[in-house]
Amino acid sequence: MREVTGAAPNPWFSWDYVQANWGDITEALGQHVALTVQAVAVAAVVALPLALVAHRRPRLAGPVLGLTGVLYTIPSLALFAVLYPLLRDRRETVLVGLVMYALLVLVRNVLVGLQGVDPAVVDAARGLGMGPLRTLLTVELPNALPAVVTGLRLATVTTVALATIGVVVGYGGLGQLMYRGFNSQYRAEIVTATLLTVALALVADAAWWLAGRLAAPWARAADARGGAR
Amino acid sequence: MNDDGVLRQALVWLNDPLNWQGPRGVPALAAEHLAMSAAAVALAAVVALPVGIWLGHRGRGGGLTVLTSNASRALPTLALLYVFATTGLGFGNRPTVVAAAIFAVPPILSNAFTGVREVDPAARDAAVGMGMSGRRVLATVELPLALPLIGAGLRTAAVQVVATVPLAALVGGGGLGTIIVTGFATRRFGEVVAGGVLVAALCLLVEAVLAGLQRALTPAPMRVRARDRAQVAAA
Repeated sequence: MREVTGAAPNPWFSWDYVQANWGDITEALGQHVALTVQAVAVAAVVALPLALVAHRRPRLAGPVLGLTGVLYTIPSLALFAVLYPLLRDRRETVLVGLVMYALLVLVRNVLVGLQGVDPAVVDAARGLGMGPLRTLLTVELPNALPAVVTGLRLATVTTVALATIGVVVGYGGLGQLMYRGFNSQYRAEIVTATLLTVALALVADAAWWLAGRLAAPWARAADARGGAR
Repeated sequence: MNDDGVLRQALVWLNDPLNWQGPRGVPALAAEHLAMSAAAVALAAVVALPVGIWLGHRGRGGGLTVLTSNASRALPTLALLYVFATTGLGFGNRPTVVAAAIFAVPPILSNAFTGVREVDPAARDAAVGMGMSGRRVLATVELPLALPLIGAGLRTAAVQVVATVPLAALVGGGGLGTIIVTGFATRRFGEVVAGGVLVAALCLLVEAVLAGLQRALTPAPMRVRARDRAQVAAA
């Protein structure tokens, strides 16, 4: 990392700051990681059955996709504002809000992934005498896996970025550091927290990508094609 | 019991005529909110539309559009806002408009690129075969066919900007977000809820109006295709 120093004693980055505030930084980072992991985990557990129900009842799929799209337009600031006075707990407010947004992303992607499974493959499974459950577990879900992983990547990266908005209720992980840096007009603190947030998002994204490749090695060719597009 | 109180306070706040008048009233804040949003979308469009259309016409730069949209997802809006607020842009509405504009670039850019890029090659071939120059192909064939997707990109960007502008209140700016932030600062949670509901309502309203507008402006034969494409893009 380059050390950029301005004329005034307000550098964009400072190792001294990082060393002196190591405790605060790791605490904020830990808070951020815990929020993200919990939110994505809860969202995944809830999203899968929802998407499966919507997939089984195609008449539900349209409304579900429409509703998730509409809910997604509600800004996080507004959602936290409505949730906090009702929950009266800073951590719970941020967590519930993050779960909601991750849920919307996941349901959408899992559903699109299930809908994108080649009907001929599902037909073949039925022709082999597989029941609906077995078809789902051994044919549809594995085929939809790349889309599910894409959804998890998207949801995780979005959650990492959105968690910073938690500052409005005083529980924003690395966003708290950005807020403190802004209040004291100290750039190094804002930039350090920003770099850590982006790094966290990239690391989480890479981890999911790797997990996806390990879980679905057959999807590599498709992945390469998708990337070239 | 407590929850009941907050919701009642929110209703009382929303029904207080004083909150709907004057320079800090809801209509004035909503107008400011929309003006900031319009400025941000215009700023983003001025940069992203020509670049996206040109790259789509040349059939190059697909990686760039993917990169910008991925990078913008990982970068928190709040971070950009705070960074801008500590530079010459100062506090308030200006850093917010610039930050919102930056986040509005990827959807406009990628939709303009995809729209021009994925024009039916047969139509493009026919135009070239008729002896049209590259610029004329772009102006008379590619652009008209790409318009639905370009419009969809502008709509996505606009809705996203309207949802981003409330953050202005965190750096001393205006717009409807101020109701929420002021409510938190004074611990009047009824006001906070009222502000949240107003911001959400404005976003949904803008989304509905733009969806209707897009539908009205798209010629009937192109509507179905635009929807198909949108679903492909969502996948």
